[in-house]
Parts: sequence; C-alpha cells; structure tokens
Amino acid sequence: MSAPVLVGYFDSEEKVLDATRAVREAGYTLDDVYTPYAVHGLDDAMGLKPSRLTWVCFGAGLLGCTLAMSLQLYTSVVSWPLNVGGKPFNSFPAFIPVTFELTVLFAGLFSVAAFLVRAKLFPGSRRRALPRVTDDRFAITVAPRDAGPELAAAEELLVRHGAVATSRMEVAS
Amino acid sequence: MSQQHLSPLRVPLVTEARTLGQLTEEICAPMERAPTWKWWAAFAIAVSILGTGAGIVAYQIGTGIGVWGLNKTVGWAFDITNFVFWVGIGHAGTLISAILFLFRQKWRTSINRAAEAMTLFAVMCAALFPVIHMGRPWLAFWVLPYPNSRGSLWVNFRSPLLWDVFAISTYFTISAVFWYVGLIPDLATVRDRAKAGLRKAIFRVLSLGWTGSHRTWSRYETVYMLLAGLAAPLVLSVHTIVSMDFATSVIPGWHTTIFPPYFVAGAVFSGFAMVLTLMIITRVVLGYEHLITIRHLENMTKVIIVTGGIVSLAYGTEVFIAWYSGNPYERFAFLNRAFGPYAWAYWTMVTCNVVSPHLFWFKKVRTSPAAIFVLSLVINVGMWFERFVIIVTSLHRDFLPSSWSMYTPTMVEVGTFIGTFGLFFTLFLLFVRVLPIISIGEVKSVLGFARPPGEAPAALPRRPEHPASESPAPEPLAVPGLALASRKDVPV
Repeated sequence: MSAPVLVGYFDSEEKVLDATRAVREAGYTLDDVYTPYAVHGLDDAMGLKPSRLTWVCFGAGLLGCTLAMSLQLYTSVVSWPLNVGGKPFNSFPAFIPVTFELTVLFAGLFSVAAFLVRAKLFPGSRRRALPRVTDDRFAITVAPRDAGPELAAAEELLVRHGAVATSRMEVAS
Repeated sequence: MSQQHLSPLRVPLVTEARTLGQLTEEICAPMERAPTWKWWAAFAIAVSILGTGAGIVAYQIGTGIGVWGLNKTVGWAFDITNFVFWVGIGHAGTLISAILFLFRQKWRTSINRAAEAMTLFAVMCAALFPVIHMGRPWLAFWVLPYPNSRGSLWVNFRSPLLWDVFAISTYFTISAVFWYVGLIPDLATVRDRAKAGLRKAIFRVLSLGWTGSHRTWSRYETVYMLLAGLAAPLVLSVHTIVSMDFATSVIPGWHTTIFPPYFVAGAVFSGFAMVLTLMIITRVVLGYEHLITIRHLENMTKVIIVTGGIVSLAYGTEVFIAWYSGNPYERFAFLNRAFGPYAWAYWTMVTCNVVSPHLFWFKKVRTSPAAIFVLSLVINVGMWFERFVIIVTSLHRDFLPSSWSMYTPTMVEVGTFIGTFGLFFTLFLLFVRVLPIISIGEVKSVLGFARPPGEAPAALPRRPEHPASESPAPEPLAVPGLALASRKDVPV
C-alpha cells in the first residue's frame, strides 16, 4: 500500500505563501512546506500553532536555578561550613552569580536538545532534502486522499498559483 | 520580506540585486575553491605565531610562573589583562547575534556568523590565561565542585574567581550552541551542493538531516529567539562578573561600584572594533562588499561612538569620585595613574579610547573602510591599555609605600600574549575556509528588504565547475521510503 504525494516547486516566497493558503482553503491535506529560509507568515498560512518549546526553556531554567542554589547551600552550609571572620554560612547574595549562570546554561541546553528531539534532527539522519529547497526553491507537499482526480485537481491548483514544476511521489505508508 | 510599499527611508541591505541561487553561490564559493596564496600566506604567519606561543607556554609550564615579571606587590598583571581583553573582544559577537536580533535589527544578518565565530575564538584565547596562570594547569579541574576525597573540600562559592569559572564556561557553551544552531540550515545547503564524497559525508552528519521543512523552521525560530533571549543577559553578566574580580576587593582604583557597567561597555567597545578589523579585511578579500556594506560598517561605528562615550563617562566618573570621596588612597591611585610612572599607559588609553572614537562623528570617516580599519586598531590598543592601567597601576602602589614596586612584563608574557593572536587568527582563517562565514538563510530572508519585487538580478561571473549555478528542473528524489512515480515539468 502506498500513498501518493504531490510536490509543487515555487521560486518566490510570495507565491509559496499564496499557494499554501490556497491548498488549505481548497481543503487538501497540506503535508509540509519546504523553504530555504524562514518565511514569515507561513506559520499562519499553514495554520501552525506556536511552539511549546518556550515551556521547556522555562522549566529547564527553573531546574538549573534550583540545582545551583541547592548545591551552593549544601556545600557552604551543610557539608563544609567555613567560619570566615564570623560571616554567615548562607551568604545568599554571593550565590546569585553562579545561580544565574547555571539557570542560563540549563535553559539553553535543554531548549536546544528538546528542539532537536522534536524536529527529529540527529547526526546520521538519513533524511534528504527535496532538490534545491536548501538553495532557491520553495516546495509544497500535498497528500490528497486518493490518487485519482483529486491529485490532478490539486496539481492544477498549484500550477495556477505559480508552481514552476510539480512532481508526484509514492510514499510507502 | 519584500516590501510592497517602499519607504524612501529604507535602504536595501544587500546593495546589489541578487537571486537566491546567486547568493548561495557567492557565499559558498570560498569554501568550495582551493585556497589562494594570500590565504596560505596569512595562515602560515598565524600558525607560526601560534606555534611559537605554544612553545613559550610549554616552557613556562615546565619552568614555573617565576618566568613572568610578577612580584609580591604586583601579583596579577599580564595574565588577567589579557584575559579581560580577550573576553571583552568576544562580547561584540554575542551582542550582534543576540541583542541586535532581539531588537529586530535586520542588518545583523551579514555579520552575525563571523562575529559569533570570533566570540568563540576570543573566549578560547581568554580561557588560556587563567589556566596557565594556575601554574599547575593539570589540576585545573579543582575549580569544579565535585565530591572529592579531600574531606569533600568544596570550592569557595563566595569567590568572584569561581564565579568567573562558571561565567566563562557557560558563556562559551551557550555561544557555541547558539552558533551551531544558526549554522544547521547553512550546513544543509552546503551538503546539498557537495558532490558525493568526504565533504558530503561530513556535512550530512553535521547538518543533522535538515530538510528545510517549515514545521522545523518554525520551531527553529522559536529556539533561536530563546537562545538570543538567554544570551543577551548572559553577555552582560559575564563581563559584570569579570569586573567583580576587581570590584569586590579593597584595592584603591578597583573598589568601585561603577565597574560592572563600565566593563560591559568597554567590552562591547573593543569587541566591535575587532569585528570591524576582521570584517573590513574579509569583505575585501572575499568580494563581499555588497553583503557587508558600508552601511554595516557605519552602524558598527555608531555603536562604537555610543560605547566609547559610555567608557569616557566612566573614566570621568572614576576621577571625579576619587576626588569627591575624600578618600586619600583613592585620590592617590588616580593621581598616580595620570602622573605616576605608568602615566604613558594611562594617556595612551585616554587618547585611544576617549579621543579617537569622536572621529566617527564625521560621515567621511564613518564611511571610509581604510579610516575605520585604522581607528579600530587604535581602539583595540586603547582597550588593552585600559585593562593594563586598571590592573597594574592600582596594584603597584597600594596602601603601604614600603611594598611599592614596579612591574615589567618578560618576553615570556609578551610571547604568550602574541601567541594567543596566532591562535585567534589561525582559527578564524580555518573558519573562513570550512564554513559559510555569512548566514546564507538569514541573508536570503532580507534579500527583498527595501527592494521592489521582481527586480532583475545582476549577472554573476559564472563558474561552470559549480553544477548549482545552472537551473535544472527538480530531479528525481532518492528519499528512503519515497519513490518517484512520475514527473511533469511545467514550462516556466
């Protein structure tokens, strides 16, 4: 069993934005859009929701902050309290810099890790890009429900909206 | 974004009309052709300096820190001066990549990649000095808080020097990650241009399977913004913490609350000077005058005017407060800076940092690459002397006249410092050879800025050996799980 996928190639961001909207308005299943750079407005055109990675960043920042503060309190108050001129063991203000740095470190590293996992990016990935989409072409992939007239209609729609080329692919489902 | 309504106030960021394909071609070209004799000459010089520096470092580690010119009074001099100098150089890169990004300054796109690379290399140079000055660098791991068999003797979290360890290592890590995340789409571009072979294999691994899917782009933009938002306060915190190495002590001339903002401004000041130095050379050698335009240089000189002004104000404030505080030690420290045995260093600093940036008020100077280049070098010299003046003049005559002394660097210290320049330029030259030094994806996104849509692109010198310069119809795909059923080419 294989499902047909239609690819339309475009040569400018205006056309691809326009065609993306048209594909969704016509009710076809928009699979994805491939672009050489981040096209602003495509999120809306594709109907993508805002990324939830910001929450990962926030949580990781909290974790880093907590761990840093706990480590400093544990080492300076519990494990090895050093009496230096009668100063308090819990010298909270002096712990702020390290706490801040570790908050940033955790938040940054976890956000990037979460992004790579979510976008399935990893070294050794076998995925290939469509021809020229990392250079100067924009591509829309449409997955119609049937390989017959609907596919032809979708293809016609892409061409009408300025596709410079189209191709059909079989995707093993 | 192409603008339907063109404002006369907007100037195109890419000054020559180019198609997307031409941009890819131009930015990837230096990586794909054999290095020129100029590159080899520069690389040979840089590597020889690096090698000499490495030899000197090996000698001082083998012999001991006694080969430096330090004495009991001046226990910190060249090592910390150079450390602060290099960390400062690094800050402009993060400022360009993170802070300008948050301010939506589109002109950053042509320079952010190189500036961030510069940040990484500068931080590497900086980190060498504290490690060498430990005297026993193989015990450097003692600064990490790990459970140990010394009674579980922990590090001192109240020490600014330990804050430095955390600040610098975090800064380096986040800068490296930020730089790499920014590189991923471009690595995929290079991968797709490469013919089968080692280059393709390497870039396939590095680009992590990037396909240009907009679902990924959307997340990528989010992560990039998060990293920028994290890096912006980080860059301010790093030099703040570096300044606290001095400000938390009681030495007259160091014991000042103005240090953190003053150091941060100074760092951005010197960093932008170094970015200008490198960019002016790069744009000429690689023929990127239309990508790194006069306007980019001019914008950076304006940042230099501002930060230079802040630095000048800080100098003035320090002198005023030294007088106003009525503290005799503080007063003496500043009189000694200006009129003592190191007065030559102080006045060099004032000339380079306070006087020279004001030349940038003149548009002729701001828009002349040669003049900017000279001034950027002058500012770098000035900022180096600033650190030297702060550190050495405050230490060499402190509270007890009986312990006053002078400090002169030895050849070993000077050699180590010059050696770090060798390291810096070696890394930068390698970077120019192996990675796209301008962010391809980001420049493409501002290509249409302030341009009427559909403007005819300028002709590029065609290099027939690059298959990507032709424009074929899309080829059949070789995607696992995807088999081409049919293809229909529509005449364009």
